[in-house]
Amino acid sequence: MPPDTYVDTSEWTLDYPPLFAWFEYLLSQIGRYFDKEMLAVQNLNYGSTATIIFQRLTVIFTDILFMYAARECCRCIPEKKDGKELFKRPAFVLAVLLLWNFGLLIVDHIHFQYNGFLFGLLLLSVARLFQNRNLESALLFTILLNFKHIFLYVAPAYGIYLLRSYCFTSSKPDGSLKWSTFSFLRLASLGLIVCSVFAVSFGPFIAMGQLPQVLSRLFPFKRGLCHAYWAPNFWALYNVIDKALSVIGLKCGLLNIESIPKASMTGGLVQEFQHTVLPSVSPLITLICTFISIMPAVCCLWLKHRGPYGFLHCLILCALGSFLFGWHVHEKAILIAILPLSLLAVKGKKEAGIFLVLSTTGHLSLFPLLFTAQELPIKILLMLLFTVYSFSALRDLFREDRLLSWLEVLYLCGLIPLGIFCELFYPLTPWKERFPFLPLLLTSVYCALGVMQSWLKLYILLLNESATVKPKKDQ
Amino acid sequence: MELWNLMSIILLLGLTLRWTVSLNSYSGAGKPPMFGDYEAQRHWQEITYNLPVKQWYFNTSDNNLQYWGLDYPPLTAYHSLICAYVAKVINPDWISLHTSRGYESLEHKLFMRSTVFVADLIVYISAVFFYGFYLNKSSEKKKVFNVLCMLVYPGLILIDYGHFQYNCVSLGFTLWGIISFTYQRYLLGSLAFVLALNYKQMELYHSLPFFCFLLGKSFSKGIKGDGLVLLVKIAFTVIASFALCWLPFLTTEQIFQVLRRLFPVDRGIFEDKVANIWCSLSVLLKIKNVISLQTQLKLSFAATLLSVIPTCIKLTIHPNLKGFIFSLANCSLSFFLFSFHVHEKSILLAALPVCLLLNETALMSTWFLVASTFSMLPLLLKDGLLLPYIVTSLLFLLVTMTSSVLEKTSEEDLKLKPFCISIRRYISWFNIPKQLMRNIFLLSVITMAILSVVSATLTPPSGLPDLFPLLVSVVSCIHFLYFWMYFNILHFWEPTNKIKTN
Repeated sequence: MPPDTYVDTSEWTLDYPPLFAWFEYLLSQIGRYFDKEMLAVQNLNYGSTATIIFQRLTVIFTDILFMYAARECCRCIPEKKDGKELFKRPAFVLAVLLLWNFGLLIVDHIHFQYNGFLFGLLLLSVARLFQNRNLESALLFTILLNFKHIFLYVAPAYGIYLLRSYCFTSSKPDGSLKWSTFSFLRLASLGLIVCSVFAVSFGPFIAMGQLPQVLSRLFPFKRGLCHAYWAPNFWALYNVIDKALSVIGLKCGLLNIESIPKASMTGGLVQEFQHTVLPSVSPLITLICTFISIMPAVCCLWLKHRGPYGFLHCLILCALGSFLFGWHVHEKAILIAILPLSLLAVKGKKEAGIFLVLSTTGHLSLFPLLFTAQELPIKILLMLLFTVYSFSALRDLFREDRLLSWLEVLYLCGLIPLGIFCELFYPLTPWKERFPFLPLLLTSVYCALGVMQSWLKLYILLLNESATVKPKKDQ
Repeated sequence: MELWNLMSIILLLGLTLRWTVSLNSYSGAGKPPMFGDYEAQRHWQEITYNLPVKQWYFNTSDNNLQYWGLDYPPLTAYHSLICAYVAKVINPDWISLHTSRGYESLEHKLFMRSTVFVADLIVYISAVFFYGFYLNKSSEKKKVFNVLCMLVYPGLILIDYGHFQYNCVSLGFTLWGIISFTYQRYLLGSLAFVLALNYKQMELYHSLPFFCFLLGKSFSKGIKGDGLVLLVKIAFTVIASFALCWLPFLTTEQIFQVLRRLFPVDRGIFEDKVANIWCSLSVLLKIKNVISLQTQLKLSFAATLLSVIPTCIKLTIHPNLKGFIFSLANCSLSFFLFSFHVHEKSILLAALPVCLLLNETALMSTWFLVASTFSMLPLLLKDGLLLPYIVTSLLFLLVTMTSSVLEKTSEEDLKLKPFCISIRRYISWFNIPKQLMRNIFLLSVITMAILSVVSATLTPPSGLPDLFPLLVSVVSCIHFLYFWMYFNILHFWEPTNKIKTN
C-alpha cells in the first residue's frame, strides 16, 4: 500500500487522513480471503457477490463500536428513579434514536461508508467527557480526527472546553475564570497525547516527503462551493437567490446576457462557478463566515463553565455553523449535528423540539443519496419509522408540554408534499430531462430553511442559558 | 406511547422487512427454459390479458398448457388480469403474447414485487392488524407482541416475497373468515372463505373445519328451527359466491377442464422431497414402486380421513372459536402429513392458525413456526434465498424470545394440564418435567441450525445427491407429527364448560 497511497489513480482515490488508510489496509488483509480480485488496483467498480458481502459485513462489524458508544452515552443520562417501565425511560429512547438513526442507517449500510464506527468514536469521546475522563476523551478525538478530518469542524469546541475546564482545575463561584488554577501539567499531558497521535499517523508520510500531496488530497479546494447534491446550507440559499436575481435582472433588462458565465451552477458537477449578481464566494470567505458563526458559542464556552452539557451544546453549534457556512459541504455532515443533539433531546423539551425539526429536515435532505427505484420504498419506510418513533417517544417523555410551535408543525408537514413531488411525481414528468437538478434544488432550499431555524433556536437557547446560569460550586 | 403510534411502528417494521426480502432473488431467476413460479405468474398475466376467457384453461395454439398452464382457480386468474392491466400501462413488453416469455429485468421485478406488496397490505396485513388489535382482549403489550410475531413470521415472507407467490391473499381471506366468525357473522365468514378457496385450491385443507364449525353452530341453534335457517342461508351464500366466481366457466366442459387443471391426479403421491409421511416412509420402503397409482390415491385418502375425523367430530359437537382454530391447525397438519401430492409450501396453511395461537401456547407455536420455515429450506436454497432465510429466522427467534417463552414450560403453560390429569388417572406417576420441553426445544433448534449450515455449505456425497433435502424433510416430518399430536391433544382436552371467550 505505501508509499504511493495518495497518488491520483482514479476518481475514488483516498481522500481521508492516514489512520483511515491503515484501517482500510487492515480490512484488505481480511478481504483477501473473500475475493482476491477486489484488491487489484485496476479493478475499479468491482462488485462480485463475495465482495459486497465482505464490505457489508465490515460495516456491520465496525458498528459494534458505535453500539458500545451509544451504551456509554445512555449510562450518562441521569435516571429518574420513578419506576417507569423500560420503554419510557430517557436512556431507552436515546438508545433507539441513536441506533436506529435513519441517516446513519442509509448512509452506512446502503450508500456505504464507515460513519457508524467514526460516530462511535465521537460519541464515546463525548461520553468520556461526561464521565470526567478527559484525557481519554482527548485521545479518542484526536484519533477520530486522523480518521476523518471533517471532524475538524468541532475541534474548537473540544479545544476550548478541555483548555477551560481541564487545564484550569477550578472556577470562581459564578462560573468565570480563575487564572491561578492553571495546571501546566495537564496542558502538557493533553499536548503530548495530541502530538503523539498526529506523529504516528502522519509520521511516515512526512518522512517520505509526501506531506504536500497528502494535504492536497485532504483539502481539495479546487472543488466547487457546493457539493454535487447541494447540502441544505446557507450557500444553497445564496445560490438560489443569486440565480433568481439574475433571472429577474435578465427579464427587466438590467443585465447583459453576455456577461453571465456559461458554466451552469445547476449542472450538478463539482466545478467552480461564478455568481452573477451577488458577490462570488471564495474558500477564504467561507472560512471567515464559519469562524464568525462559531465565535459566540466558543466564547460562551470559555467564559461561563456549564459542564459537559454546555460543551455538547457548543459542539453542536460548531458542527451546524460549519455545515451552514463551510466550503463544499456534503449533506452527510448534518449527521455530526443530529447525533449529538439526540443526547440533548432527551434532556429538555426545547432541545427535543429543535431535534425534531433538525432531524426530520436533515434526514429528508439525505433522500437524493439513494436514487434507484428499488431503494425508494426502503428509504420512505425507514424515514417514516424513525420520524414516527422520535415524535411519539419524545412527546411521551415530555408529557405536559408542546414540543413544536404551529409554524414548525406546518413546515414539517410541508415536507410530505415536497418528498412526494421530488421522488414520485417529478421522475414521471417530461421536465426530468431538461431540468434534472430541480428536485435536488427544491429539497435543499426547503431543508436549508429548517436547518437554519434550528441553528438560530439553538443559539438563542445557548445565550439564554449562559446569561442565567446559576453560580456553581468549585469543580 | 399511544396505541396507534405503536401500530404504525410495527406496520412499518413489517413492511420494511418484506421489501428488503423482496430485493433478493426469486424462483427460477435466470434459469431458462422453464424458469420458475415468478415466470408462471408473469405468464398468467400474459394469457389472461391477451386471450379470451374461454381459452384460459384450455390447451390451444396460443396457450400451451405445458408451459406454466393455469392451475389455480379463477380468482387467481382475475387477479393476474388486474395486474396485467397495470403492466400494460407501464410497459406492454412485459405481457405481450408469446414474445414476453422469460422476460426478466429490474423494473419488471420491482413491478411484480409491488403487486405482492399491495395485495399483502390490502388483504393479509389488514386482517392481522384487525385480529391482533381489535379482537385480542389481552393487555396492550401482549397485543403488540402478537402482531409483531405474526408479521415477522419468516415462512410467509420468504415464500411470498422471495420465492414469489400470492399466499398472502388466500390466507388473508381465510383470516377474515375467522374474524367474521368471531363476530358471529357466519354468512360473511363463509363468503370470505369461498373467496379464499377460489383463490387457491390448497385452502381445501381448511374447508373441513369451516364446514364442521358451521354445521355445529347450526345444530346448537336447533336443527328444527333457527339452525336449519342458518344452514340454508350459508348454503345459499356459498353456492351463490361460487357461481359468481366461476361465472365465465359455467359450462360442463369448462368446469371439468378447470377441475382437471386444479387437481392433477396423475402426478403421484409425492413430488420432490416434502416433509410428509409418505416421503419419509419411502426412505425405508419405496412406495411409488410398490403400490399402483390408484392404490396410492386410496391409501392417502383413507389415512387423511382417519386422521381428521376425531378433530372434526369434536368441533361439530362443541363449535367454539378456540376449538375452531385448533381444528384448523389439526386438519391442515393432517392433510399435509397424509394427503396426496403435497407441496412443501402447504405448511403455510397450518402456520396461519398456529400464528393465531401464539397467545395461548407461546413456546409450542414458536417452535412450530421455526420448524415450518426450516422445512422449506431446500426450496429456499434452490432459489438463492439463504441470506434472507438466516436473517428472518434469527429475527423471529429474537422477537419471540424477548417474551421469555423459555420460562413458560410448565404443564400449566403448555395447556397440557387437563391431559396430564386424565393420564394420571391410569398412570399415577405421569408428569411432564418443566425442563423437559425447554431442553427438547433447544436441542431441536440446534439440530435445525446445524442442518441448515450443512445443507448450505457442504456438497453431498456423490452416491446420495438428495441427502440433505431428505434429512431436512425427515427431521421436519418428525417435528410435524409431534405437533400434530400436541394440537390434537389440546383440542380434545380443551375444557368446554367454560363461558365462550373470544
